[in-house]
Amino acid sequence: MREVLGYYTKETDLLEGVKTLVNEKITVKDVFSPYPVHGLDKAMKLKRSRLPRVAFIFGALGALLGFLFQAWVFTKSYPINIGGKPFMAIPSFIPVTFECTILFAAIAIVLAYLLKSHLGAGADNKIYDQRATDDHFVIVLDVSDKNNKESEEITTKLKATGAKSVETKLL
Amino acid sequence: MDGINTRFIFLKKQRRLFIALIAIGVISLIIGVLLYSKKYVWSALLLNSVNYLTIALGATFLVAVHIISRSGWHVVFERIIQAVSMYLPFSVVFMLILFFGLNNIFEWTHEIHHDPVVAKKAAYLNVPFFILRSIFLFVVWIVFALALRHFSRKSDFTPSKKLLIRSRVYAALFVVFFALSIVVFAWDWLMSIEAHWFSTLFGWYVLAGILVKSFAVIIILLAILRYLGYFEFVSIEHIHDLARYLFSFSIFWVYLWFSQFMLIWYANIPEETFYFINRIENYPILFFLNIGCNFLIPFLVLIARKSRRTLWLVVVVAIIVFIGQWIDQYLMIFPGIIKTANITWFDIGLSIGFAGIFLLVIFVSLSRFELIPKNHPYLQESLHFETNHT
Repeated sequence: MREVLGYYTKETDLLEGVKTLVNEKITVKDVFSPYPVHGLDKAMKLKRSRLPRVAFIFGALGALLGFLFQAWVFTKSYPINIGGKPFMAIPSFIPVTFECTILFAAIAIVLAYLLKSHLGAGADNKIYDQRATDDHFVIVLDVSDKNNKESEEITTKLKATGAKSVETKLL
Repeated sequence: MDGINTRFIFLKKQRRLFIALIAIGVISLIIGVLLYSKKYVWSALLLNSVNYLTIALGATFLVAVHIISRSGWHVVFERIIQAVSMYLPFSVVFMLILFFGLNNIFEWTHEIHHDPVVAKKAAYLNVPFFILRSIFLFVVWIVFALALRHFSRKSDFTPSKKLLIRSRVYAALFVVFFALSIVVFAWDWLMSIEAHWFSTLFGWYVLAGILVKSFAVIIILLAILRYLGYFEFVSIEHIHDLARYLFSFSIFWVYLWFSQFMLIWYANIPEETFYFINRIENYPILFFLNIGCNFLIPFLVLIARKSRRTLWLVVVVAIIVFIGQWIDQYLMIFPGIIKTANITWFDIGLSIGFAGIFLLVIFVSLSRFELIPKNHPYLQESLHFETNHT
């Protein structure tokens, strides 16, 4: 795999660079920055996160399981007469159902986030350049399927948008 | 700000429409007085007076919260909220009329000698103290509402940092006073209808309802004014955030509703349960409609981002919530005074009349000054507001 890395030192230059590349239909593989850059996701035309969907599905699942578990415990497994209330005492199930909804949704979104972004314990992420964690912004472009002339063009384009330096890496 | 409609013109045909609404209310009132018992008519008057008073009060609270939170997104439609808060003095007029009907609404005014429970509460629940308390609350609320409106208006002509700081001080004081006073108001005007019953959560439950109601009304008004050709600079981003307000506070409302219900249901003490038994057995449809309109529909519809960003859908939900809160208010008042009652044309007609007065006051106060607080420090932030991904 061959990759072109464009290094920027200014946030505004980076945003300009990403916008120019996206406008010319060159696929930006990834961008690394030491801090979140506002408007970068829009410039890269990233799709909206699907995390809310995960939260909804697992929340609904948690609600269902929490409710069914209580219903099973209090009617089938171990019915106890509490203050003469009916065994299937729905109002008293609601707080636990609510807690289960939150628990499932919260844990699910944390795990889904870590899985999807390759983070968490044991994750082995390649750091393209140490400077991307300090004071440099890096645009990564995949040029494996392009010939030399085309990648030359991309290099000049990156330079034209204000990239401080451009490197080609073979992996 | 060139080319933007910053001045609201109150057309004659709108005025005629509102006067027609008021006429419907007056006719309903006359028919009601002729057909129904005194208790019924006074209850309906209490219901509508309290309903619109609390909307105006909620709007005043919102104005204050927006000032002290130093947030910017709402500035473009701040004048709508202020206009709603200007109904407060007018609603107090109706509350003063209610003082003449206290005997018909509250049993504690005349049951002291027959009822030992009421007799024990007489130190707090007696007519002079009640009137004194109410008037004190009304006066302070009106002073704050007028002051906050005055500061905002003055900044249109002579903006200054001093004015901003002063409005922050007033807003902070009002928020504290509001939080405490609304509980007293809820005890006095709503909980004491059933003087035997008590619930420590009741004040906060009423507070949650007030906030939901005000958000619903502000959304509906914003939609009406946009339909009339104003506020075209209010974007879908602002609607999105208003819908979030509605969504989150309807959850807050049901949280308090359920906390109150479940504790009483679980403890199962006769002194407390009769309140809910009366409502479930005599008003089953309204009781469950209340939860449906105020929680299930807003929750299930507005949970999706797409529906929060669709104006007509948000407005439909706001109308449902507004009706739901009216039902909630109905359930607080009627079952305590009349054991079995139904919503009749009289109730609805009277509510329409009150809505006419409410809209008339709001439209007049909107037409009084500029639609945008043009010197507000956060105006530009508000005009270019974007909600991020959430």
